[in-house]
Amino acid sequence: MDIRSQISMVFHLDKCIGCHTCSIACKNIWTDRKGAEYMWWNNVETKPGTGYPGKWEDQLIYKGGWEKQDNVLSLKGAGKRKGLSNIFHNPNMPVIDDYYEPFTYKYLDLIESPAGDDQPTARPVSLITGDPIDIKMGPNWDDDLSGSPDYARKDPNLANLSPAEQEAMFQLERMAFFYLPRICNHCLNPACVASCPSGAIYKRGEDGIVLINQNECRAWRMCVTGCPYKKSYYNWHSGKSEKCILCYPRIEAGHAPACMHSCVGRIRYLGVILYDADKIEAAALADEANLIDQQLDILQDPFDPEVIESAKQNGVADSTIRAAQFSPVYKFVKKWGMALPLHAEWRTLPMLFYVPPLLPVMASLSEVDNTEQAAKMGDIAKHWDDNWLYDTSTEELWGSIEQARFPLQYMANLFSAGDTEKVKTVIKKLMAVRIYRRWKTVGDISEEKSNETLQQAGLTASTAEDIYYLTSLAKFDDRFVIPAAHREQAIEMLEDTGDKKGSAGFGFKEGTARRGP
Amino acid sequence: MNTLNNFLFIALPYIAIVVFLVGNIYRYVSTQFTYSSLSAQFLEDKQGFWGTVPFHIGILMLFLGHLAIFLFPEATLAWNSNPVRLIIHEGIAFTFGLTVLIALIGLMLRRLFNKRLRVVTSKMDIVIELLLLTQVILGCWIALGYRWGTSWFAADLTPYLWSIFQFDPQIQAVSALPLVIKLHIVGAFVIVLIFPFTRLVHFLVAPIHYLWRPYQVVIWYWDKQKIRKSSTAWTSHRPQNN
Ligand code: SF4
Ligand code: SF4
Repeated sequence: MDIRSQISMVFHLDKCIGCHTCSIACKNIWTDRKGAEYMWWNNVETKPGTGYPGKWEDQLIYKGGWEKQDNVLSLKGAGKRKGLSNIFHNPNMPVIDDYYEPFTYKYLDLIESPAGDDQPTARPVSLITGDPIDIKMGPNWDDDLSGSPDYARKDPNLANLSPAEQEAMFQLERMAFFYLPRICNHCLNPACVASCPSGAIYKRGEDGIVLINQNECRAWRMCVTGCPYKKSYYNWHSGKSEKCILCYPRIEAGHAPACMHSCVGRIRYLGVILYDADKIEAAALADEANLIDQQLDILQDPFDPEVIESAKQNGVADSTIRAAQFSPVYKFVKKWGMALPLHAEWRTLPMLFYVPPLLPVMASLSEVDNTEQAAKMGDIAKHWDDNWLYDTSTEELWGSIEQARFPLQYMANLFSAGDTEKVKTVIKKLMAVRIYRRWKTVGDISEEKSNETLQQAGLTASTAEDIYYLTSLAKFDDRFVIPAAHREQAIEMLEDTGDKKGSAGFGFKEGTARRGP
Repeated sequence: MNTLNNFLFIALPYIAIVVFLVGNIYRYVSTQFTYSSLSAQFLEDKQGFWGTVPFHIGILMLFLGHLAIFLFPEATLAWNSNPVRLIIHEGIAFTFGLTVLIALIGLMLRRLFNKRLRVVTSKMDIVIELLLLTQVILGCWIALGYRWGTSWFAADLTPYLWSIFQFDPQIQAVSALPLVIKLHIVGAFVIVLIFPFTRLVHFLVAPIHYLWRPYQVVIWYWDKQKIRKSSTAWTSHRPQNN
């Protein structure tokens, strides 16, 4: 047992409203610079959709992540042999046009144009060349475009759905979508670190944040290929790669990362997870069928005395262990089993977990005869000549899951490496809590039914209350349990903080002439 | 003439070596952030492939070839003593020269005609590009016009280069060489001289150590195990301010 601590996250997808506030908060702080304009360390995409960069999930194109062959784990498109032999030209790297050409508008023209017959316009110009361009792509170009042939239907996660299933998914009447906010997952088996020939990328031992040392990066660009989530970006201006730093300066000061702090839907949770580093290798090499189980198995119970003992031996601070015990991430992922990693099959062991969305699954569509209803409406009332009923009733307990508007396989492709049973379990829990609360607040569901649902989902009433609280009512301090960084200990390693008593205090350390050094 | 030869073949190489050493070390220590291959693949991918791959392989082989003759002149002469082997040797060297020449021209045209790439092209990039181009043209010219370079390099130039490193420069043989060859030699020293001021520095930080490094890198900011106990708190690092 080798217990370490990791700052880990949960995103609750039912709550995301797709407002992109998170992306803007991040951009304003970190990537509003030359060469970084195109980077969105935090981006929000619509699913089904191709995402950013286009089709990033299609590893036949980008060759990201790890693959297991004959019980050996190797990087799909990088690594010692492949990386070094492709060092002059990386054949699997996305280029700027796979993201988009960054642009701005010539706003000054609106003010400075001479008087004329026509309104002045602010033309879009490229942020690379400065030339006027026709904007072809943006970081969220597929926003809300479910069903569209160019975006939604090219979603790589549709690959193993039958044509009929795909068609059904995109029928106008049934169409649904949800938002998928993404940041770097600060993985336990990061492919970006492993693929960097310079050794510039590293994982911080204390909190597991993955960073790129800007002084050591030499622009070999292998991390861009290595990361299957495409969360390492190449800065074309500075010739260095950059990625999400999980706002570590904020975390060290006890603040939530900017994207999480600003999140309008309050979908984001952050806390410490204690994990067993000895289990990483086995989990990364797990069989297809056990991927999720083994990846979650690394995460340990922070109340287990053995775990605490081992953590202490490794020097994890008491305050960190306490933070782990209050961690919302631990609750969602381990205690309640409601959050899953995104694309576990890439074997980077991501430390960002998602509560899969219930809403696009839940409602079902049934055909009904609407003529009677339509006849009741007056001439001016607008009504449609269709006979679909968008049915969110909870009559059939799990019926709507089976006949979901979204095939469960699609959700499973994203969140449980294709295993539909796993997402189904989670969705049942989400649904059970919903039914339970509906009994409590609306009252149109009987107590027996509510209890039956809870029981079938494996929850108790008090757990359901806890889940409800953390989902809907949680305050800032419930959502973000950030351990102290103990910078003072780091400072004490470098300086004896006691021996300068009585000397000049701020900024410099020389003694005065009169008193001597 | 003598002064000029003295300058070009004695002073210049020493200046170049000193500037190379001091410049590179200083740049590495003070502004390591500037050490980057500055790859432009991200802005232009497809044409670049046909330029950058042959260029890098070619120039690397040419560099290693020159280095080998400098290090093992006898072995080179012995290999070249058989005319068939000599021709093979020269043929391979010339092919790489030609490869680099074509690739360099291609890369230059690519920079010239792609607006995005012009944005990331510095003045020093142009200088070094033209210098390399001249150097390769001269090299190919020498290979064709002054046969057999691999042999007379080993016989004449290797002793000269060694004499520089032994601080006893012997320039008689070089001084007598035709102008084209002299230019090629001077060009080489100029490249060494301006090397630390160009993007070529990425050659010095080629990531060879990747081969023996473990894949994952974890860095601990401090040894928490020790710092937790007062008895061992300051045993691994001494505080730096006393
Ligand atoms: S998500 Fe990508 S960039 Fe982030 S740690 Fe994992 S492999 Fe590295
Ligand atoms: S700020 Fe929150 S709710 Fe808005 S898009 Fe981002 S994650 Fe979703």
